[in-house]
Parts: sequence; C-alpha cells; structure tokens
Amino acid sequence: MLQAQQKTEPTLTANGYAQLAADVLAQAKACGATEADIVVADGETFSVQVRVGTVDRLTKAREKRLGLRVFIGKRSATTSTSDFSRASLNQLVADTCTLAGAVVEDDVSGLPGADHMAAEQPDLDLYDDTVLDTDTQIDWAKRGEAAAFATDPRVTNSEGAEFDSSSGRVVLANSHGFVGSYKSSNFSLSVSPIATEPATGGMQRDAWYQVQRKFARLASAESIGQEAARRAIRRLGARKVATRRVPVVFDQETAGSLLANVCSAVSGYGLYKRASFLLDQLGQTIASNLMTIYDDGRMVGGLGSRPFDGEGLATRKNTIVERGVLKSYLLDTYSGKKLGLPSTGNASRSVGESPSVGPTNFYLVPGAKSQQEIIGSVKEGLFVTELIGFGINMVTGDYSRGACGFWIENGELAYPVEEITIAGNLKQMLKDIDVIGKDLVFRGRIASPTVKIAEMMVAGS
Amino acid sequence: MPEPVQLTTFGVTEIEAQQALDRVKVRDVEYADLYFESRTSESVSMEEGIVKRAAKSVSQGVGVRATAGEKTGFAYSDELTKRDLEVAADTARYIANSPKGHSTVPVPTQGRPTRDLYPIERAKAEVATPERVALLNEIDAEARRYDPRIKNVMASFNTEYKVVVVATSEGTLVGDIQPLSRLQITCIAEDGDNRQVGSFGGGGRVAFAYYREDSRHLSYAREAAREAILNLSAVDAPAGVMPVVLAGGWPGILLHEAIGHGLEADFNRKKTSAFSSLIGKRVASDVCTIVDDGTLPFRRGSLNMDDEGTPTGCTTLIEKGILRGYITDKLNARLMGIPLTGNGRRENYQSVVLPRMTNTFMLAGESDPHDIVRSVKKGLYAVSFGGGQVDITNGKFVFSASEAYLIEDGQITKPVKGATLIGNGPEILTKVSMVGHDLKLDNGIGTCGKDGQSVPVGVGLPTIKVDEITVGGTQR
Repeated sequence: MLQAQQKTEPTLTANGYAQLAADVLAQAKACGATEADIVVADGETFSVQVRVGTVDRLTKAREKRLGLRVFIGKRSATTSTSDFSRASLNQLVADTCTLAGAVVEDDVSGLPGADHMAAEQPDLDLYDDTVLDTDTQIDWAKRGEAAAFATDPRVTNSEGAEFDSSSGRVVLANSHGFVGSYKSSNFSLSVSPIATEPATGGMQRDAWYQVQRKFARLASAESIGQEAARRAIRRLGARKVATRRVPVVFDQETAGSLLANVCSAVSGYGLYKRASFLLDQLGQTIASNLMTIYDDGRMVGGLGSRPFDGEGLATRKNTIVERGVLKSYLLDTYSGKKLGLPSTGNASRSVGESPSVGPTNFYLVPGAKSQQEIIGSVKEGLFVTELIGFGINMVTGDYSRGACGFWIENGELAYPVEEITIAGNLKQMLKDIDVIGKDLVFRGRIASPTVKIAEMMVAGS
Repeated sequence: MPEPVQLTTFGVTEIEAQQALDRVKVRDVEYADLYFESRTSESVSMEEGIVKRAAKSVSQGVGVRATAGEKTGFAYSDELTKRDLEVAADTARYIANSPKGHSTVPVPTQGRPTRDLYPIERAKAEVATPERVALLNEIDAEARRYDPRIKNVMASFNTEYKVVVVATSEGTLVGDIQPLSRLQITCIAEDGDNRQVGSFGGGGRVAFAYYREDSRHLSYAREAAREAILNLSAVDAPAGVMPVVLAGGWPGILLHEAIGHGLEADFNRKKTSAFSSLIGKRVASDVCTIVDDGTLPFRRGSLNMDDEGTPTGCTTLIEKGILRGYITDKLNARLMGIPLTGNGRRENYQSVVLPRMTNTFMLAGESDPHDIVRSVKKGLYAVSFGGGQVDITNGKFVFSASEAYLIEDGQITKPVKGATLIGNGPEILTKVSMVGHDLKLDNGIGTCGKDGQSVPVGVGLPTIKVDEITVGGTQR
C-alpha cells in the first residue's frame, strides 16, 4: 500500500550537491574552461485537481536537474541534464566546452567579479517543512470547489479546483569558490467555477486563487471558493458597449499586468537590444508622479524573494520608479555591462539557460483611495477585471488587448461587459495614471493596487 | 515505415514494463500507460551581429498514468530503474477506490507506426554547431543588407530530437522518433525616434538542409526586415466593428482560437465549452469546411502517432458550416462514446495527456483573393499575427495583428499599427462570406499552450472575408 505522503530523503544532501558541483567545476577547468558556474535544483511536487466533487487528476513527482555554464575566455555555452551519473556528467562537460568553442567571442561575457559575490545568505523564511498527506490536499480542493457551488445556485458547473504543494532546493556554485543554497516551498489553491444564466443558458467562467510560502498562511478553502463564485456570477449577462474613449479603472489583477509590462520594459536585455519602449529614459519622467515602484528581493516570506540571484550576487531592494522618474533598470551582470551599469542583483536563472533578468517582488507603492472610491469618481467608464491576448508591442509600447469587466455609470458598476478591446500606448498610459488605490496585496511576484487611467480607447460595437 | 523504437533504448525490458503496468492496473483502473521519453534540445542564437549563445539540454524520463472513470492518476520520474517504476505505479493507481484485484496485463508486443511522415536521419537533423552558426551569420548580413535602417537582428535556431515509447495496458508497445526544428528572426528598424519591430520564422519536422533550400533562410531574413521597415510608416489602427480580410496561412490562428480549442473533447465532456451540444448545428457559413490533420508530411503539427500511440488522422471539425466532430484522446473518447481521433498529446513525460490540435485549417473555396479585397469598401487587410487566446466558456477569442493594412474602396492602402481583433467563437465563422481558392499552411512557427503545456501545432487558411469583427485600434 502506498504512502503518498511519505517523504523519502533525497539521495544527496545539499552538501552532497556542493561536492558534486565542485567535481563538475574541476572537470570543466580540466577541459579548458577559464570560468564556470553550475546550478543544481531538485524538488517534489504534488498536485490534485477535483472536479464536481471527485478527483479528476492527481500528480506526484520528484525532479532534479543540473545546469552548467562554461566560459573559455570570452566564449560561453550552457547545458543541462537530469542524469547525474558520472558518465553523463563527463559527457555534459565535454559537450559544453565543445559548444563554447563554436560560438563567437563576446567581449562583455563572464562571471561577475569574485569580490561581488553575496557575502551572507540570510534566511528569508521561504521554506515550510509541513508535510501534507494526500487526503488532506484532496480535501482542500474539494472544500474550495464545494464552497463555490454553495455560494449561488447559478454556479452550475466547474472547471475544477486545484491544490498544489511543492518544495525544492537550489544550489549555485561557481569557479570563484562561491557556493550558495536555499530551500523554498509553495502551497496554492485555485477554484474555477462556471456560472449559467438561467434565462439564456449563457455561461461565464472565472477563478480565484491564493499562493503562500507557508501552509499556515493560506486563507480558508471556503473563502477562495466563495470569491471565485462571486467573480463568475457577476459576469453573467455581459454585453458589448459602443466604441468610445473613456476613463479605465484596472483592478489589482489587471493593474498587475500593466506593472508586468513595465517590468519587461526596464529589463536590461530588452534595453541593450533596443527592443524596449523605455530606451534611454533613465532619470527621465516616464510615468505619473503618483507612481513609485520598488523591486525588493529581500522581503521576508515573499513569493519572489531569494537570498542571492542567479549569478550568486546579493539581492536587495531597488527603487525602479520614484514619483514618476525612472531611477533604475533591472540588470544582471551581462546586460549591465552592455549598458555600462552594475548589476542590480536581478539575474534570473533557469537551470538550462544562461542568466536573464527577472523581477523579485516588483510592486507599485499604494495610494490612499479604496477601489470603491476610485470607481465612485468615474461618471462613465470601464472597470477592467480580465485582459486576454498578446497585443503589446514592447518596442513601441503600442497596446491593444481583449478585455472584460464592468461598465461604470455615475460611479456605480452598471452591468458586465465583454468582447471589447482597450487600446493606447504604454508610454502615454503610464503618464495618464491619475489615481492609485490603497489595496496592494502580494499574490505573486508582481503586485499592484487598483489604478485608474484618465482615458483609453474602448472598441466594441 | 520507421524502424521500431525499442524499449531497450531506455534500459528497460518489456517484462519490466509489463510488471509496472500490472502493478498500476488494479481492479478499478480501466486503462494505464507508460510514456518513455528522451529529448535532446539544442539552440544557437545571435544578436548584435554575433552568435553569442549556444545551449544544449538532455532529459529523459517516464510518465506513468492510470485512468478510472473520469479520474487520472499520474506520476513521473527522471530515473528509470525498476524501483522508480514501482513507486510511480503506486502513485498513479492511488486514484483507484481500492488497490485490490487484478486483471492481468498482457506482455506488450512491439509495434511501429504505420507511416513515416518525417523520415530524417539523426545526422541530418542534428548538424554540427558551426553549420548553425554560419546559417545565422548569413541571416544577419541579409537582413542588414535589406535596408540600412535595420539596426539589430536577433535570430535563433532551435532543434529538438525526441524519442518516445508508449506501453499500454491494452498490450501495445509502440515508439516514434520525432525531430523538430525552427528558425526565428526578429529585426529592429530605426528611423530617428521611430523604432519598429518585424518578425518571421519557420520550420517543421525537417532536416537542416530545408533551411538552405532555395536560400529559404535568407528569404526569412528579408521578410522580418520588410515587416520592420513597413511598420516605420504604419498609421494608428482603426477602432470598432468593420469587415476584415485575412490573408492565407498563419492568419489561420483565427480557426485555432475561435473554434479549435472549443472543439477539444475534454471541454465538451465537462460541458464547459461554448460549443457543448452544438454537434450537427450550424456554427459557420456554408463556405467553411475545417479539418484537423496530423498526417501532413514534415509539418510542425504532424505526428506518426499521438502520445498514446494512436495513429493521427484527419478529422473534419466543420463541414460546410455544420459542426461535425470533436478531437479526442483515449480518456475522453471512451467517456463520451465517440471516435478516437489520435489527438492525445502531452508536452513531455512530466505532463498528462490532453486532447490537442495538430494542423488545423480551412479548405480552399472558390473566390479569387483579389475579388475578396475588392469587395470591401472600408476595412482591414490582416497578413500576419502575433499570438491569440480564447475563453472556452463564453467563446470570446482574440488574436493580434502584427502586419495589417487599411482597405479603402477595394484597394489595399496604408499599413496600420498592430491591433487586437476580438470576436465570439460560435458566431464569427457565420460571418465568413467569401473563401479564396488560395489555401496556404503556415511556415511552421506555432506553439499552442493549454493547461500550462506547450505543444507544436500548425494552422492554415485561404484568403477569407469576415463581414464584421471588432478591431481594437485607437482611432475612430
């Protein structure tokens, strides 16, 4: 009989991985590498989806992966494998050095300087050793979905509820002698109910979710299910509106997507490739003076926190935008050198890839108004709760996305709307943000309170 | 026909596979399978005129799955020992109400796909890195030669070589070798403060030589450069409802988003799709016939067999406007009592099987493409698109144009900036009034995302006229 909750000890401890990393680095050096770094990640994942009260899918696995990056002078290559056998790793090292020999010299390539590596690795409270048995996790998903059905008889169907738990460890080591490691965990619940309009049979789906590093911090399954149901039901009877220019209020989720666009635009890689609409804007006003944006890698328990970045540099709190002025890009060593600036500690690393840039906890500082007050200030406009599609041009800032939400009349949500688009240009949209809400909640690595944009083009009928 | 791929490729014997399946298939379990996968991916990329990056990744593992009623139990492992298979088998069968009882699983007999849609020797798919580097260097030079306003060229060439074996509780054992590659080019054009982007790419289950045939790689480079330069003179896109003419090929993304996802069997079994219970009903005008065809040689979306070992086929989704069928995997075909279409796909051994599209396209009609454009007084002519997305439940879908023009008095006039088009899946094809005789399949760049899983797909379309759709520009 299976013990699904059984947690077997990994075959290698963190120290064991450190030794493995040291061996691979030594071998890379023997193959001609002048510098190298290695990432080892392992973890366990569990996922259960429940649909209409019964288990739809249950998944469980352990995974491990090793990524190697070597430099031979100014040439570099990256490889990865899930096979940690000696023979496989020997082959990997040889392959990596061969690949590096085949590319062109790149003047700015290389590890960060040895004296820049993170000196200390604070415990940011990212890991929870709670072990949940299978039935407990199934129960969370079942209760979340059941609460959605119980909220309103118009909740007639469901795409299901999903509970996930995962934990893992990352070890990063390089030829400067840096060795860092940390553990992290995630617990999440999402519920996706479907509501049906009794008169027409029209269906609407929506979802609500939560993610936490610590199991004990999860809000009740019932509260998530109820919110999901409320969101689906309020969309029933949605219609198009006539094409016109109006103020647009973005809720926390959709405002977060605008912030994610800003995050991409200030990423060093887009900037040095000249593929960002915020090119050459450092020190310039790029947004409304109401806007201050931070990226904080050291937030205790944060979903984007980490003690060191993907190159082993200390993470920190960076001011990205201060009262509308662009103060800093997000940079790793490579993109920083291309722009003549130091790294901001934002190297992000997938095991098999060379570093790129990513946010840690990237957020817009809240203002003073509640969401209700913001909606109340609009005579006629749109309240956006969902955006779909990929209509964003990062080079020009041109913006055109599918939207749904609610039509605002005289400060009240009058009726749900769908099959419309909102369009503008991000450069102007950021400057046109004229109210920022006080409702900042961290539900992911990028978080924003409600914001209002003075005017955008809404296309409908 | 392809050579059979043996389980021994994975260091596993047929008896071990049979024992693992036997362990999974307790009484309540109706079906179980093991999916062994080995994948080698390589990429080289260039920017700023130099090939800076090369990467290679190797992964191998097994996914073990059991289904009982609507339930799926799933586990995977990157180790392939007998012990790892047993642990995965125990997890997969957890969904059964009782771990007791056995129906003995037959020792699987080795089979092979009945056709070979991509007969490519490994050496021809995986050429040495210097050859790939040379390809990218020529692309950079060609794009910059096209126009001095091209200021940066980003190009990447990716290959994947995948070996899979599926062993099932039905006693089948069948494998396939699935090569795949793609060349992608993005150009940045600058003229003073005006900066624009253009992209082009292509590929498929093809040998490396494909990219050099008739200097195909150089024509891709010129296309990406042309789009970037064209966009320098683009005017703001219009906003509101208007007629739209879609060019052939990649604009077939309309079909993928508007109806393809909505016809995947899982959504319809769960009755969460806007297309649920519309079989036999009119969902398009009578000039529209749409198929999903996984059997086209060398195509990005094609497969000799799906990821459950079922041969792929050509499924008619819409025939002269009438909804005919769904695309299915084993679980959903069984639960719904409808034909198995060979559309059970998964991203890798770490993901579960879902019904997914292969190559989805509309059959050619009878109209002359020029007549189609001439029939529009004021509207949009859309040639190329970025991505699209759909809300299955309410049927609303979007797709975003990256190259489009105004049509004024039947003539294609100014290029316009990108804009998102939005419509309603079950309605939009009823507004297709003309279908051209110029069916074109896309160049092999599509990747479809569903439930967090990405799989390669193809689309295709003749030139068509949609009488009205909402265009999300900024100008009245």
